[in-house]
Amino acid sequence: MSDVQDYSSRLSDPNSRKMETFSYLPQLTDDEMRKQVEYIISKGWNPGIEHTEPENAMSNYWYMWKLPMFGETDVDTIFAEIELCKTANPKNHVRLIGYDNFKQTQGTAMVVHRAEFSV
Amino acid sequence: MNEQAKPGKTYKAGVTDYRDNYWEPDYVPKESDILACFKITPQPGLPREEVAAAVAAESSTGTWTTVWTDLLTDLDYYKGRAYAIEDVPGDDESYYAFIAYPMGLFEEGSVVNVFTSLVGNVFGFKALRALRLEDVRFPLWFVTGCAGPPHGIQVERDKLNKYGRPLLGCTIKPKLGLSAKNYGRACYEALRGGLDFTKDDENVNSQPFMRWRDRFDFCQEAIDKAQAETGEIKGHYMNVTAPDVEEMFRRAEYAKELGTPIIMSDYLTLGWAAHNSLSKWCRNNGMLLHVHRAMHGVIDRHPKHGINFRVLAKMLRLLGGDHLHSGTVVGKLEGDRAATLGWVDLMREKFIKEDRSRGIFFDQDWGQMPGVMPVASGGIHVWHMPALVNIFGDDACLQFGGGTLGHPWGNAAGAAANRVALEACVKARNEGRDLEKEGKDILTAAAKHSPELKIAMETWKEIKFEFDTVDKLDVTHK
Repeated sequence: MSDVQDYSSRLSDPNSRKMETFSYLPQLTDDEMRKQVEYIISKGWNPGIEHTEPENAMSNYWYMWKLPMFGETDVDTIFAEIELCKTANPKNHVRLIGYDNFKQTQGTAMVVHRAEFSV
Repeated sequence: MNEQAKPGKTYKAGVTDYRDNYWEPDYVPKESDILACFKITPQPGLPREEVAAAVAAESSTGTWTTVWTDLLTDLDYYKGRAYAIEDVPGDDESYYAFIAYPMGLFEEGSVVNVFTSLVGNVFGFKALRALRLEDVRFPLWFVTGCAGPPHGIQVERDKLNKYGRPLLGCTIKPKLGLSAKNYGRACYEALRGGLDFTKDDENVNSQPFMRWRDRFDFCQEAIDKAQAETGEIKGHYMNVTAPDVEEMFRRAEYAKELGTPIIMSDYLTLGWAAHNSLSKWCRNNGMLLHVHRAMHGVIDRHPKHGINFRVLAKMLRLLGGDHLHSGTVVGKLEGDRAATLGWVDLMREKFIKEDRSRGIFFDQDWGQMPGVMPVASGGIHVWHMPALVNIFGDDACLQFGGGTLGHPWGNAAGAAANRVALEACVKARNEGRDLEKEGKDILTAAAKHSPELKIAMETWKEIKFEFDTVDKLDVTHK
């Protein structure tokens, strides 16, 4: 049994809270994040930013940061908005969404900033 | 004026050739016709047109002899017509027959009725050695008369808050024999490790070792705790397949009472009418419906007899289901790649064009009917992940049974290994990398941050299932 590792997820450990797509990978670097933003743009999806207090993360409706950036195709502009949202809401999780208006759902969604929190 | 109504037409008892009435090579199919393509393997020596016409007759209005009551109706309208015959590439004994059926032959919204005609008595017809229904074109009037998937792919994603990646599931093993509490434990471990769903197997109903209600209770606790722990929405496909319809609904109602998000049925063994009722119940009660296809191999595997799975898949989309097992292409179970991709499109897309290279014989327009999420399940593990993400894309549920539970550190570690592998593949695909060529590098890099994935890759390195498929598409000439 000495070779068997324990799985360390706990109700009492905030680090056990996951955030859907890419939350089982190490935090994406800026460079890696850029590629995901480029992917959203290449699919023709509309980027949108949302944020929430960590304790309300299970809600479907996080706070919209302004409106979705319809037609925005510049990676730097999208990155700048993410930064603005983070600065204005330093205690909140921030996620990036790619709205697919043809499928009428989100093409993708990923948390781009995970706030520190306790449980 | 139709044939029968012409003055002078009189009743003459006797047997006429089928082709005199049911073979119409000049017929142009109507938009409203239900079209079918059969692969016919006749008894030796019979003319093709006669056999094709016989199939058209026996699957629509006809019987073996003329009857006087034929003259009381407009037979010319009601008959099915064989309108084309084609060679099966690479096959000397069989051929395809295309048959058009007028809309008036069928009850609106009844899949049961359509198939009772199309695959009814005709399959036992002596003039045939074998008969296979390869494809059916359902006209829009019929599609819109059916309820279709209770929710569909988009709504499921919204309900579960899962976007931009395939979903991950796992069937609990051993299929049979676990107590409800031990079974719930296996679910909890897999869910907390990162899976979206765990699943009852097809034959898990309500046996003495684990009655349904106990299983539902313990599995719901597993879901609730894993959700609280991970912050993600979880589900367990609670199988409500039951000996009778009243009992099926009793189980479904209890699942709803528990607040569970998804239940399941075995649509072929449960029966199409019962399944159709369950699917409608699911829409009315906000319940997702996972559908298993147990028994399909009996019907669809023989290349010359039965019903091709693409027809069973279309049938399920009409009957209603949010998930349907579709084959994996890779893994332990039968499934030709091009054919699988063909019926995966038929399950998910709005309009699918005829494409013989994928076994699709007709254009199929689904109108606005939502799609069914294909489920790839059976003998797959982390090493298959790059191929699976490439083949199925995001709108699929990938299910690793042994590939989760067989992890040397247990279910939670097995689940985490699969989730890390999945996300690494999705990330790489989004970055524009070629998953099937670079799969090994992608997984190896991801394993550096995941000891669970590293061990999984070592455990399953050598397992492959490389038997040739029995039912291959007939696309190449000899």
